[in-house]
Amino acid sequence: MGNVIVKNKDIAVPGEILAEGMDNLPGEGTYRDGEKIVAGRLGLVMVDGRAIKLISLSGRYIPKTHDTIIGKVEDITFSGWRIDTNSAYSAMLSMKDATSDYIARGADLTKYYDLGDYVVCEVVNVTSQKLIDVSMKGPGLKKLDGGRVIKVNPNKVPRIIGKQGSMVSMIKDATGCRIVVGQNGLVWIDGDPKGELTVVKTIQKIEEESHTTGLTDRIKEFLENETGKR
Amino acid sequence: MAYKKRLEDRGFEETRPIEAKVGVIPKADGSAYFKIGKTWAYAAVYGPRNLYPRFLQDPQKGILRCNYNMMPFSGSGERVRPGGSRRSKEISLVTEKALLPVLDLNEYPNSVVDVFIELPQTEAGSRCAGICAASMALADAGLAMKDLVSAVSVGRVDDKLVVDLDYSEESYADGTVADIPVAMMPNLGKISLLQMDGEISKEELFKALELAKKACKKIYDVQKNALKNRYGVGQNV
Repeated sequence: MGNVIVKNKDIAVPGEILAEGMDNLPGEGTYRDGEKIVAGRLGLVMVDGRAIKLISLSGRYIPKTHDTIIGKVEDITFSGWRIDTNSAYSAMLSMKDATSDYIARGADLTKYYDLGDYVVCEVVNVTSQKLIDVSMKGPGLKKLDGGRVIKVNPNKVPRIIGKQGSMVSMIKDATGCRIVVGQNGLVWIDGDPKGELTVVKTIQKIEEESHTTGLTDRIKEFLENETGKR
Repeated sequence: MAYKKRLEDRGFEETRPIEAKVGVIPKADGSAYFKIGKTWAYAAVYGPRNLYPRFLQDPQKGILRCNYNMMPFSGSGERVRPGGSRRSKEISLVTEKALLPVLDLNEYPNSVVDVFIELPQTEAGSRCAGICAASMALADAGLAMKDLVSAVSVGRVDDKLVVDLDYSEESYADGTVADIPVAMMPNLGKISLLQMDGEISKEELFKALELAKKACKKIYDVQKNALKNRYGVGQNV
């Protein structure tokens, strides 16, 4: 008879036994050792039907296809731009994926994106050796002018965005700032200085309290205190 | 002659008081401290990040780099010469070998995970404390791990088998001493580090390893607790 030892939303540490018996399935972040399902990393336990998986709480960004990320131009080559992705690997943005403009042969590529520029781009391909291709053809993919970029824990990005973007649009409405959240843990903020500061503070609060319940209500209250009443 | 009593009335199979905390260095990807008696180890993990010079890269899997360092003012008070030494190089190497069996770096080809272990004060058992701290820091960094690594030194002082030797026992002069640092994967029940200074009989060695097993289980519970506390209810309030 199968026996799940942990509860939903428990924190599991590497090597911890999560369940015994063959009735359950090892999901992401776990592995099977004989009859047991064991935690393969530090994470939050999710019991989803018969499957047990772990949601990671920490760690660097690992590039995945179809992720929208914020990258920084770190080098310019013959055929395009090399983009820093805030992970262990840099990405290639080739000339034909960079812009819909016609780029003449031998043109000065810094006219389009210069070193140090931030761009919103989409990961289109990741190989087994972690060679990454990104594209800037698509809605919302653009160069970011002005504003500021902050780094957050990439594992907290889903909480910052919220369900269907509810959290981030709440912050946008309250502060009047433009915000772009990259899956790789970079967040671009542009608005008046006071609003930008409020956004930074709010995002830090979400990061710290992301694993607690009733987060949306507390952030709403926090934003009202920071902006509306003054 | 016989060894009768340990300092501070410690039992022969008892470790020094242990304190552990995770997430002590906010800028690092993972960090922890592990204090056992007056031996303190801080560990910080950075990575996986890109690795240069390029000839060090391994296209099969990521590599692990450990750096063990005693601070100049650690130890008994005479200044430790800063920087690497033959001793620290060896300990960095065995730490790496002790941690690698639990780590899965296949997802990170051509990259590196750096582990820095710093010891502000030491009184024997520093490589074990360093390994304990490093394994917590690696888990905190969100890396795929089969198990944690717990380490403790066991051994013989004169006629007694003891756990977690302190400096006075390591340098005990009235009889033979054996100092055996052991690192274990508590859930898998495997040993990843086994070294020895001194001499011991085969039977005593097996008995000592049994003691190490028990002590490592206790240390594992402390490590587990520290990791859970980082996200425990009431944190950040």
